[in-house]
Amino acid sequence: MEKQAESVLSGYRVLDLTNERGHLCGKILGDLGADVVMIEPPGGSPSRSIGPFYHDIPTPENSLFWWYSGASKRGISLDVASPDGKDIFRRLVKGAHFVIESFDPGYMDGLGLGYSHLEAINPGIVMTSITPFGQSGPYAHYQATDIVCSAMGGIMQLYGQPDRAPVRISADPQSYFLGGLHAAQGSMLAHYYRELQGEGQQVDVSIQQAVILTLMVASEVWDVVKVNIRGSGPFSRSVTAKGLLNVRFIYACKDGHVVHWPGGGAQAGIVTSTKRLMKWANEEGMCLELKDVDWSQFDALSITQEELDYQTGIIGGFLRTKTKAELLERAVQESLLIAPVATVADIMKSPQLEARDYWQNVEHPEIGETVSYPGSPVKMSEASWQIRRRAPLIGEHNEEIYVKELGFSKDDLTLLKCRGII
Amino acid sequence: MGKQIFEGLKVADFSWVGVGPQVARELAEHGATVVRVECHRYPDTLRLIMPFKDFIAGIDRSAFFAAFNTNKYGMSLDMNRPKGKEIAQKLVNWADIVTDGMTPGTMGKWGLDYESCRKTKPDIIYYSTCQQGQYGPYAKFGGYGMFAATMGGFSHVTGWPDMDPPHIFNNYTDFISPWYLTIAVVGALLHRRKTGRGMYLDQAQIEAGITFLGPYLLDYAVNGRIAGRMGNRDRYMVPHGAYPCMGIDRWVVIAVRSEAEWESLCRVMDHPEWREDGRFSTILARKENEDVLDELIGTWTKNYPPEQIMATLQSAGVPCGPVARPEDLFNDPQLKHREHFRILEHKVIGKHSYNAPAYRLSKTPDNISKPAPCLGEDNEYIYREILGFSDEEIADLLIEGVITTDADLPAVLAK
Repeated sequence: MEKQAESVLSGYRVLDLTNERGHLCGKILGDLGADVVMIEPPGGSPSRSIGPFYHDIPTPENSLFWWYSGASKRGISLDVASPDGKDIFRRLVKGAHFVIESFDPGYMDGLGLGYSHLEAINPGIVMTSITPFGQSGPYAHYQATDIVCSAMGGIMQLYGQPDRAPVRISADPQSYFLGGLHAAQGSMLAHYYRELQGEGQQVDVSIQQAVILTLMVASEVWDVVKVNIRGSGPFSRSVTAKGLLNVRFIYACKDGHVVHWPGGGAQAGIVTSTKRLMKWANEEGMCLELKDVDWSQFDALSITQEELDYQTGIIGGFLRTKTKAELLERAVQESLLIAPVATVADIMKSPQLEARDYWQNVEHPEIGETVSYPGSPVKMSEASWQIRRRAPLIGEHNEEIYVKELGFSKDDLTLLKCRGII
Repeated sequence: MGKQIFEGLKVADFSWVGVGPQVARELAEHGATVVRVECHRYPDTLRLIMPFKDFIAGIDRSAFFAAFNTNKYGMSLDMNRPKGKEIAQKLVNWADIVTDGMTPGTMGKWGLDYESCRKTKPDIIYYSTCQQGQYGPYAKFGGYGMFAATMGGFSHVTGWPDMDPPHIFNNYTDFISPWYLTIAVVGALLHRRKTGRGMYLDQAQIEAGITFLGPYLLDYAVNGRIAGRMGNRDRYMVPHGAYPCMGIDRWVVIAVRSEAEWESLCRVMDHPEWREDGRFSTILARKENEDVLDELIGTWTKNYPPEQIMATLQSAGVPCGPVARPEDLFNDPQLKHREHFRILEHKVIGKHSYNAPAYRLSKTPDNISKPAPCLGEDNEYIYREILGFSDEEIADLLIEGVITTDADLPAVLAK
């Protein structure tokens, strides 16, 4: 692995009690240099049963979901609900700076490990709780999975064909990743405040709200003009005083599909794109029917569905003659508003990501492999944002933490293990 | 008003469209003073996109623009004029943080790139966010969030296996990137506190967005598998999907995680015999007969509104919820409890709603208090109080067209 540079959270410890709906938060803090200790139930987190799996072998150390969301963390096992477990956890809290959890609201309080209890042990602690709906309110105890959070957060409504059910993004669990990311953001804000003022606080994250923050403008459209946006397959529905306009954005091409923003009007970038695309097509003897259109006069608010379909039909005919790669190459050269519908294979082969040194090599010594992981979401000039280590094996750091740090003997450890505490 | 995390922090917000402004908004909602710099001659694209108040277009009538610019002061300035460049520089000298959301190279044309800003403000924190990043073969590929989201793989993995990929309406990666960037800004602030040094933050929205495909990128890396779309199926849960309800285009989602939840669902639907039915009595059987099971569930759900199905199944402990349309979000009692939609009175749009953050901080709550600015709305405050110009100087700048007004709007947008 690359040299482990210090970073903005070096020296700070995170106790991570999350399940699948909160894992990403700790990974982000760990990528920024925090010492993240993942605390799993004895026998390992249920998240280890979530695929896909390395070589499709579904064992607890092969979950790629765990590999990804557990990266940059060390791992211990602990039953925090047991008296011994609570004791150990409280000791760890004394030396910690962040606690992250995603239990049902009230569970930690019920154990005597809620924020008020932890604050008494360590007034600077930042405790971040991630749940589908938040810690309180009429739905706080509702049961939810990723599809439920996606549905109730409004994002499902935005995808799908007009004559079928709305759909969630199949590469799940998007809503949990959103919750984890917002939790990391809230935790960092609370951390900054603690550095300035010396006191910690609670960060209460609602996954449903995290989903709503991805809707772009759908809620504003309802609020201001009382229209419900609905997923329309390859089209985007535009709201005009005349009614709804279906604007085609996804076009078939020679070897797949591309997204293209047609039109013009007041937006200079779109006018330029359409003009240049038409010039290219005209040079090849296509789209001649649109040769004389003045795209700066395009008016999305007054064009008829017929006229628009006519234009996009002709443009689509040209796009169909080119491959994803050909269209992307030209789009980059001439600032055309076209991009391929990429697969994970396309992404991993991207010359741009290669040139940016985006991929990170992470070692998995016990299987003798070095695996390419997605890298950092921001390049920081004076700090490193990078994966620190692969996700932990079950109980991998029990000895490091319990024996070396907390001073338990190996016999204590054996007893705790046999009693199902660790 | 209690303590605000970013009280006293000053932000010169030159960014535009989706991502950059959302980061600055986050800082503003926690007390930072954020000045959004715009120009009537080249209005932010979002000011030109619906929804418009009363369906009438106008640069101050778009709630799309407003959504990402809460709590900010609005300044109009033409940086293409020499005096405009100087004023921008003055603003940089005032600021702790400078924002850039343009295609790489654009800020440099105004002498506002990081290296230039650093000359007068060595400890400046500066973020650049764009689709592809500041360098590389695609760096000049300007474009909007839909391109990053589609090139970022999200279209391919959404929708139905027997149909073409859908358009990702909501430019999804535009709503992953800002939170990562805010985290980086806080990291830079911490670093500066500790060392006195500033920092440059370079974000490629596609790089931020694809982190959410992590497990599937690994699946390709180690297994060679290309993730596709599977409708509303889940690999492990069955039943799992969206079911039609009473009403026009109303749906409910149900997800069954365990035998206990399956038992509850059968009981609530009044089909206890399904537990012995060879088609459904085991998980493997249910997976095999998923289509039939979904149809049967659909014949039940279509007799009720989704909210009723949710109430019934949630009392039985089964994960379930309506597929919320935007209008349903405004009626959702949980969101009301969380005060998600905050109402502010905008000068032109009137009273309308703004999103609150997804996190609640117990001791330093956000303060969402000022609606998005009209273009140049706060010129007086900014030019006089922040930049220290006299009334005469301001009048000159107006005459010279350095401070732009509605009269400078492109002809096609003339009011």
